[in-house]
Amino acid sequence: MFPILFPLSLAFILFGMGVVGFMIRKNAIVIFMSLELMFNAANIVFITFANYFQNVDGHVFVVFVMVTAAAEVAVGLALIVSIFRSRQTIDIDQIKSLKG
Amino acid sequence: MTPELLIFLALAIIAVAAAAGLLFSRNTVYCALFLIINFTSVGVIYLIMGAPFIALAQTAVYAGAIMVLFLFVIMLLGVEKLDRTEPLRWQRPLAVILAAAIILEGGYVLLTRVGLGPLTLPMNATLSDPKTIGMALFTRFSLPFEITSVILLVAAIGAVVLTRVKPAQKEE
Repeated sequence: MFPILFPLSLAFILFGMGVVGFMIRKNAIVIFMSLELMFNAANIVFITFANYFQNVDGHVFVVFVMVTAAAEVAVGLALIVSIFRSRQTIDIDQIKSLKG
Repeated sequence: MTPELLIFLALAIIAVAAAAGLLFSRNTVYCALFLIINFTSVGVIYLIMGAPFIALAQTAVYAGAIMVLFLFVIMLLGVEKLDRTEPLRWQRPLAVILAAAIILEGGYVLLTRVGLGPLTLPMNATLSDPKTIGMALFTRFSLPFEITSVILLVAAIGAVVLTRVKPAQKEE
């Protein structure tokens, strides 16, 4: 159909954009969203190779990645809510001290 | 230039444009909506590459549950906008340079190791239906499956514990 180079390079481009978003944004929630972008890029690679090798293990791993991402988002957003409750900001430049 | 390649290129352009919108948008709600566009277009890419179950699981779980959770928290905290102060001026160009390094390294490895030879295969109806994935999950991957159920339980309990409001101290 089409060369697997294209989905793999799309995955790399999305991963690179996730890395850029992770490093340049100051809002903690947007940093989380760039993390989801990186997870998505890894999922594209899994699905591509599951298609190329005609193996179902890639699909199963994507299910595990989705479950782990969901659990991590739940806990991470709970952490952000409690940080907001104690400091009234989620700007990562303002969250400078370890004092709770 | 097969039709599948054209569809894939259109979806890839939408996904990359949505990711760029996520990077450069000043409003947090817009970032979440751009990410929903990204997830949905990547879900359709999964559909092209012969993964219908994963495509709909992606739309239902990522775009339907995780992003809704993000939007709940964004609107709960009321943090749509941020000011533009940037204490460390060299961080942004450095981040772009490092990400460009990742992408260029990846492109080099792909072009030399993979190249334009290997092609994706057409969709196989018995490979990626829920029955095959379920059989693999419950026979060969049963231990990771049970561990992911424990992960979800811990995440649910942890989210409740972390956001619990401590009862007020009754001191005088």
